[in-house]
Amino acid sequence: MSALSVRDVWVEYGDQIVLERINLEIAAGAFLSVVGPSGAGKSTFLRLILGQERPTRGTILIDGAPLPGEPGPDRGVVFQRYSVFPHLTVLGNVLIAYEFEGSAVLARLSGAHRRDAIAKSEGLLEEVGLIAHRDKFPSALSGGMQQRLAIAQALARRPCVLLLDEPFGALDPGTRAQMHALIRPLWREHKMTIVMVTHDLKEAFGLGTRLIALDKPRHDPQAPGRYGAVVTYDLDLTRDGPVPVLGFLKASQQPDQSQGATP
Amino acid sequence: MNIAPGRGGRILLALIPFFLIALVYVVGSAERRAANPDDKLLPPVTEMVETTTTLAFRPDRRSGEIVLWVDTAASLQRLFIGLAIATAIGLALGLAIGLVPFVGATFGSLIAVLSMIPPMAVLPILFIVFGLGELSKVVLIVFGVAPCIVRDLALAVGKLPTEQLVKAQSLGASTWQIAVRVVLPQIMPRLIESVRLMLGPAFLFLISAEAIAADVGLGYRIFLMRRYLAMDVILPYVAWITLLAYLMDYALAHIARRSFPWAYAQDTQR
Repeated sequence: MSALSVRDVWVEYGDQIVLERINLEIAAGAFLSVVGPSGAGKSTFLRLILGQERPTRGTILIDGAPLPGEPGPDRGVVFQRYSVFPHLTVLGNVLIAYEFEGSAVLARLSGAHRRDAIAKSEGLLEEVGLIAHRDKFPSALSGGMQQRLAIAQALARRPCVLLLDEPFGALDPGTRAQMHALIRPLWREHKMTIVMVTHDLKEAFGLGTRLIALDKPRHDPQAPGRYGAVVTYDLDLTRDGPVPVLGFLKASQQPDQSQGATP
Repeated sequence: MNIAPGRGGRILLALIPFFLIALVYVVGSAERRAANPDDKLLPPVTEMVETTTTLAFRPDRRSGEIVLWVDTAASLQRLFIGLAIATAIGLALGLAIGLVPFVGATFGSLIAVLSMIPPMAVLPILFIVFGLGELSKVVLIVFGVAPCIVRDLALAVGKLPTEQLVKAQSLGASTWQIAVRVVLPQIMPRLIESVRLMLGPAFLFLISAEAIAADVGLGYRIFLMRRYLAMDVILPYVAWITLLAYLMDYALAHIARRSFPWAYAQDTQR
């Protein structure tokens, strides 16, 4: 579990402003859903936390320390597609995480270390229900099974933060419901902070403990890239009854009032 | 478009053009023989078989060596050494150029320019620098083949989804670990395909180099025999070279399918 704080972050690609004045305190153990229209910078926001991109201005802190500038084992990720390695079996896909950790040069384990890593990998595959398919290649798996494998793989290095980029977007409704049932217990057991980008509002409200919406409140027709997206809604989903609105157009202006919710 | 031949039909259909060519040759050869018993251009099949048997199984009267095998061994040795070096360079450099932006920025344009130099144009330089021996022939093959493999593999690395590379990093992998465990295995099928495509050019460079300066080899023999208009030697040699190249291509395709079943998963489902 790690707390993330995003402080006055701007992302600009040349003249185009993608995100502006993003201020967020994400509490340790939160399940944050990020919604918004296409092009509002949801995936950019995720890539910032992942370390794949750096903010043009502002800082991101993880447990008070500056976020490393490149992806690392403390932040796991599941993408919508291409998350698993097609040349490795289901078991190999999870095992490789331990092999990266245990063997710097060859990235291969042997003997007791390997047996230990295999046992841990099998435990994870058990959790996501893929143990029966351990020797298959990903091409032989359905879309839902591939995403479950990607989740098991992402959990292998025990990340403090798990980033999900529309992880269930390409799945059919039935499979998606199964994945929802799977991800919540995993989030509790592995004690992670999850940031999930999604297009599915039901999913965003159903899974998250907090929801933010990114959108562009201002638009200049003469210069479409002039204004970027800000946090337009910031909702606490942990309470019963009607969802209280924490910051309607306020969260971005008064960062200290937007409190992170804990489950 | 929607009607496809079965397995037996496919083999039969594939054989028909070969059979037709053989038929045209036999008829043409007989015609010419009938008009001129000394014709050398289209020797009858019996004559070619006889010459080939002599070349393949009887020692040469002067040197005591069996010509066909000596030529084949010399040529294949040059070809294999050349291809092996080109493949090694292609794999190492292609992977580095495709994966590491700094290496790509440094060597990318160099390789692009090198691959545009016609290898035959530098053959005189190779002969001057490396002499007329084995080395210049091997270097010609390497020079002709390696840049293409490098570029092809660099492109193959570039086609890997960024998500995979980011995912590997998020599992704690270093650049080196990603190179050996994620990228290398995934470009191996493409490497084999690339080498298969380069077999033709490799033979071209081999035969050319042998034709110009050699004292043994398949290309040397063909060009030697040209002086005597000995089509009964040249034609079987060409057929033999073709067979060798075809067998190598087939073997490489087979190795790729056996070693990397995951890369051909889509094909088998079809």
